[in-house]
Amino acid sequence: MTSVTPRTATATTGGGDIPFIAAALGVGLLLALFVAARAADPLMSAHAFIFAAAFVGGGFALVHHVSSGAKADPTAYEFGVVKAGVFASVFWGLAGFLVGVVIAAQLAFPNIFYFPELGWTNFGRLRPLHTSAVIFAFGGNVLIATSFYVVQRTSRAKLWGGLAPWFVFWGYQLFIVIAATGYLMGVTQSREYAEPEWYADLWLTLVWVVYLLVFLGTILKRKEPHIYVANWFYLAFIVTIAMLHIVNNLAIPVSLTGVKSYSLFAGVQDALTQWWYGHNAVGFFLTAGFLAIMYYFIPKQADRPVYSYRLSIIHFWALIFIYIWAGPHHLHYTALPEWAQTLGMTFSIMLWMPSWGGMINGLMTLSGAWDKLRTDPVLRMMVVSVAFYGMSTFEGPLMSVRAVNSLSHYTDWTIGHVHSGALGWVGYISFGALYCLTPWLWKRKSLYSNQLVEWHFWISTIGILLYITSMWVSGIMQGLMWRAYDAFGFLEYSFVETVEAMHPYYIIRMSGGLLFLTGALIMAYNLWRTAKGDVREKEFAASPALAPAE
Amino acid sequence: MAEKEIDQPTGVETTGHEWDGIKELNNPLPRWWVIVFYISIIWSVIYWVFMPSWPGINGYLKGVRNHTERANVEASMAELAAARSDQMSRLLAVDNLGEIENDPELLQYTLKAGESIFGDNCATCHGAGGQGFKGYPALVDDAWLWGGSLEDIQQTIRYGIRSGHPDARLNTMQAFGRDGILSSSQISDLVEYVTSLSGREADEAAAARGAQTFAQTCATCHGPEGRGDPAQGAPNLTDHIWLYGGDKITLQETLYQGRGGVMPAWSDRLSEEQIAALAVYVHSLGGGE
Repeated sequence: MTSVTPRTATATTGGGDIPFIAAALGVGLLLALFVAARAADPLMSAHAFIFAAAFVGGGFALVHHVSSGAKADPTAYEFGVVKAGVFASVFWGLAGFLVGVVIAAQLAFPNIFYFPELGWTNFGRLRPLHTSAVIFAFGGNVLIATSFYVVQRTSRAKLWGGLAPWFVFWGYQLFIVIAATGYLMGVTQSREYAEPEWYADLWLTLVWVVYLLVFLGTILKRKEPHIYVANWFYLAFIVTIAMLHIVNNLAIPVSLTGVKSYSLFAGVQDALTQWWYGHNAVGFFLTAGFLAIMYYFIPKQADRPVYSYRLSIIHFWALIFIYIWAGPHHLHYTALPEWAQTLGMTFSIMLWMPSWGGMINGLMTLSGAWDKLRTDPVLRMMVVSVAFYGMSTFEGPLMSVRAVNSLSHYTDWTIGHVHSGALGWVGYISFGALYCLTPWLWKRKSLYSNQLVEWHFWISTIGILLYITSMWVSGIMQGLMWRAYDAFGFLEYSFVETVEAMHPYYIIRMSGGLLFLTGALIMAYNLWRTAKGDVREKEFAASPALAPAE
Repeated sequence: MAEKEIDQPTGVETTGHEWDGIKELNNPLPRWWVIVFYISIIWSVIYWVFMPSWPGINGYLKGVRNHTERANVEASMAELAAARSDQMSRLLAVDNLGEIENDPELLQYTLKAGESIFGDNCATCHGAGGQGFKGYPALVDDAWLWGGSLEDIQQTIRYGIRSGHPDARLNTMQAFGRDGILSSSQISDLVEYVTSLSGREADEAAAARGAQTFAQTCATCHGPEGRGDPAQGAPNLTDHIWLYGGDKITLQETLYQGRGGVMPAWSDRLSEEQIAALAVYVHSLGGGE
């Protein structure tokens, strides 16, 4: 084991927290190196080295920060971390979409995209890589970046905590790297959307608590009398995700230097805990968090007031109260007691209108500015996002009805439903926010090209429609084929026949995903040129016929 | 804090709050929204009254309908069994499976049953149509490793091949090369000879040498002319039908490392009538003897 030179950070130019940060990094490094040396398995050893490398990198960054002598302006907003978040969002988004296309190709052409000698390319390893990359790496970075932006602007206060926001940013990236490399190496708890093992979970808990402190600290020192609605949603998202993450990941490690752990729960309690987590990851990460984005960026981009303050209060509290009960609808017709299934289903039905409250407030904010949809593709993207939100929050309660679920469960319909929410709602509202943030943060007059946004919008929209329609058809067909009996009382189709029937739809789905990825690449290029300060010369001039309607 | 004002395009009053330029209108809750929300709550309460719902200290509210999914499943399984029972008992009552083929009504039923059982249990290895794959015999031709009569097929399904069941069909294609029983030149000669058995081009001198080794080592199972022996499960080497492949490289591999594919015993997993139906179905696929 290499000897470690203890870092002596002299806190002469920085704030009072520099020695503390240096000490924490040093302790973290020693711990990581100790675990790397004593690791019970090579996987833990690899992960401990990644942690160690991250702490060393953190140390260098700290030394650079101190030696540069940069004295932070206590009155200026902290936008550097938001810029980093925009970059990370685009990077992880592209990575996640790409892996999605790869696994869609694996499902469509299992013989071609199967590499038995490269175990890490197996569908079973890449699938959680895709889900975590798009939800937590892409979605999470968008949420952290926008929340840091929005809470400062709407509170008229600089982010609380000095370097803490940067710790949140880099700590979260480290979590992503640990999770992703773990999946590829085969480290998993086998809990959907909560696959990372105990040590990654502990690290994320630490990062998340600091995130909460930064957010709360900023709100507490706000210079506005009231807390803006977007911040209620961000706060609900941060607090609830902390609770869900901690409870669902309660586990006992086999060894403190090994990757494997066992859940504290067993059997149907375990399943219920997992889906209480899984459904509310959708509810509080992918819904509440992104509603916060909607509540800031749509009124801002449309330059219109939010439609109804009263609706925002009522639908916020109704959503928060009801969502948390809806998880059992993932376990219809299982060993879960029927009374729990009933509650899960009825609360999902009651959730319909609270979800739609957000849609109404988003769409109706356009009152008096509908003409902007023709001329502003960024605003159109966000409005279409809200439309997809409305559609999938209607489809969700529908699918939670036990009779519907008996057809839809375990079929591609579920995958289509998830993606109408993920690509349409989460994807588009995030893209909209990124298109807004980039010129604002880099102080550009406009995007590099509105026309490229048009291309992105139309290519992706076609992609989404191909994706969800193919999965509807395929899913419903799959469900009907599974339950078809012949005149003699025997199953009409064998399982493998249903798989064969999916083939054309899997190809369509893959094409849809490819279009969505193409759109995102166009966005990345556009944002890059915008940040550089370029403006596209050859833009077709907006035709005079498109003057706003009077 | 901004003053309350009237928003121009809509004519609605704002709340007077403002954050970063964003104001809020003081629109009331949409009426239809409130009504649908109430309806969904009322509907849920009614549903709780009828169906199992809220838990208490001892048990849970059973609901007016006293509905249990367990009873539903039992009832529908019983219904299905009743619908099938006539034909199933006839299927079980036959003395030998050949009788089924003479009873058109029973045969139709049996084939349907067999097809369904085949799809969920056998198709994974033998293919949806029984076309077979490398290492998994095709069931649609008239080459049968262990015999293609109804009884032979039934026995194979019941006990499997090298399945570990005491009555399993069992033989060994030894690893002649790996275990040092034959030298590599002997194996090369055998490959030429076996290639020539199915009338294909081969090195004549080598094939002639291979013929001697074949007579001493292989003929016990595969027969002096290589026509195989269903009683021992030894494949016919003259018929162009190959379980693992008949090209020289694969033959070399087979001789070097031996073969011993496994088919599970189904007697513990399927009922007697299911196995009977399956045997009749497989027999009907192609070349049943």
